[in-house]
Amino acid sequence: MQTEIDLQERIVTVKTKKRWNLKGSWQLHAMLLPAIVVVFIFQYIPMFGLVMAFQDYEPWLGFLNSSWVGLEHFKTMFEYEDARQVIWNTLVISILKIIFNLAVPLTFALLLNEVYVMKFKRTVQTIVYLPHFLSWVILGGILIDMLSPEGGIVNSILTSLFRIEPIFFLGDNDWFRTVVVVTDVWKECGFNTIVFLAAITSINPALYEAAIVDGANRWQQTIYITLPSMLPIIIVVGTLSLGNILNAGFDQILNLYNPLVYKTGDIIDTYVYRVGLLNGDFSYATAVGLFKSVISFILVVTGYRLAYKYANYKIF
Amino acid sequence: MYHYQKSLPYKIFTILNYVLLTVTAFLCILPLIHILAVSFSGSAAATANLVGLWPVDFTLDAYEKTIGNENFLRSLWNSFFRVVLGTAISMGLMLCAAYPLSKSDQVFRGRKIYMWFFVFTMLFHGGLVPTYMVVTKLGLTDTIWALVLPSAVSSFNLILLVNFFRTSVPKSLEEAALMDGANHFTIFLRIYLPISVPAIATISLFTMVFHWNSWFDGMIYMSDVKHYPLSTFLQTIIVQQDFTKMSVDAETLKNLSERTVKSAQIFIAALPMLIVYPFVQKFFVKGIVLGAEKE
Repeated sequence: MQTEIDLQERIVTVKTKKRWNLKGSWQLHAMLLPAIVVVFIFQYIPMFGLVMAFQDYEPWLGFLNSSWVGLEHFKTMFEYEDARQVIWNTLVISILKIIFNLAVPLTFALLLNEVYVMKFKRTVQTIVYLPHFLSWVILGGILIDMLSPEGGIVNSILTSLFRIEPIFFLGDNDWFRTVVVVTDVWKECGFNTIVFLAAITSINPALYEAAIVDGANRWQQTIYITLPSMLPIIIVVGTLSLGNILNAGFDQILNLYNPLVYKTGDIIDTYVYRVGLLNGDFSYATAVGLFKSVISFILVVTGYRLAYKYANYKIF
Repeated sequence: MYHYQKSLPYKIFTILNYVLLTVTAFLCILPLIHILAVSFSGSAAATANLVGLWPVDFTLDAYEKTIGNENFLRSLWNSFFRVVLGTAISMGLMLCAAYPLSKSDQVFRGRKIYMWFFVFTMLFHGGLVPTYMVVTKLGLTDTIWALVLPSAVSSFNLILLVNFFRTSVPKSLEEAALMDGANHFTIFLRIYLPISVPAIATISLFTMVFHWNSWFDGMIYMSDVKHYPLSTFLQTIIVQQDFTKMSVDAETLKNLSERTVKSAQIFIAALPMLIVYPFVQKFFVKGIVLGAEKE
């Protein structure tokens, strides 16, 4: 009797599977088609356009008739003082951002975890997360107004407190990177704080209870339980940000910088935009962009592999 | 209450902690309050830097001037249109694609290949110049399509939807429908979509915020200020301070460069986010958690 039911079930599953495969699969392919077309046009065709990096592309000649120059644009890139400076700026800014966008939210999450008034905790979390949703255009507008040397509120406060000359934060090469990193942490720290807080809440309470029985104080609990338990998520956030080493924040920089601070603030993306779209040097800009895409590709893949290896993280 | 919470150092720490967190939270929100105060202040007081966190010589002047500017209003309308159309197209494409991708490899052969097709775009990009040329060559410049199509399918959001479909739709329900002779379209519309309302809401909100905040595409693909979405308009007026693209008379020009008017425009642009934010925050937190979900 039992085997008969088993058999029947099996026949039914086989039948269903067959129906799914033969009759239904064209529907599945059809449902994917529109998205495939859009992605192919706007993501894959530009990849073919990268051949421009090896040409002297002239719009009126097209891809087929423009002359081939091999690696010349890449050579130019490494010889240009400008381009080298831009790569260096990108690295400095993005590495500082990665470090502070890990350290500040981590500290913040640990401090918030010591708050037992739920309403207070939620309010702080909500406020800190808010700037994440505002665009760099809005934040840029606000910052330009506040940091202005002529009557910006920050300089008014500094002048009246310390009696110093107004600082031109967005026009001074000594200050620009600091401003970029600090304002980026301001905008983004709420996001990682929430990720870290979620990790803290999922720690098994029994661990803390055991530690308390053993007489551990709160500091010791943090060092020996909370931080080690958070290690996987810290590794995930850290390794995934590896892929962003050449993304120093295009939106932000483009809204904050000006020719005065190109020396310290110009990054690969803004450079490509100016050279390529504003000056019309398509091929050279594409070469710089390709250089960035290839390095980023290697870093992103490495990041995912490390995240998988050390924290068992899979995106799909 | 645990005994460590009664110790003196911990009590001191707790007080300092509350103070520190309060100060930080205030620092995060102060810039917005300052801008709001400036926008409601008299123009003379704002120019003389008398405004801190409270309006001086309260007036609605700046808002009247902003609303009176037809370029501003038109860009506001462009932005609304873009958000609605862009979100509708994105969600339509991504939901339809997420359904087949959520099937198992046995049911849908070729799933892996499709999946990699999308994932690869997260790893490697053609870059700015080639993308710009594709959009230009297709003749999309100066049309709304240049703003909504190139970004329509976000692989990241697509994966979130696939993960949600895989984990939240009961397989038994699907099999029962199949027995009754339902085809894929019916199962998708009648079972998957109704069950996934929370996920759809979350991803829609992600997409709406993205469209409301996007400005760079408007700047490179639109040659006429008439087609600018609000973010692009503000970028031109407030950040670049480039008025050459506006065909405006001297009076409007003077109005637009006033500090209070600029602040009012910034605040109006931030307003939709500020209004929906408290309500959607929990959705976004859910979205982050969705993203961390493992197969």
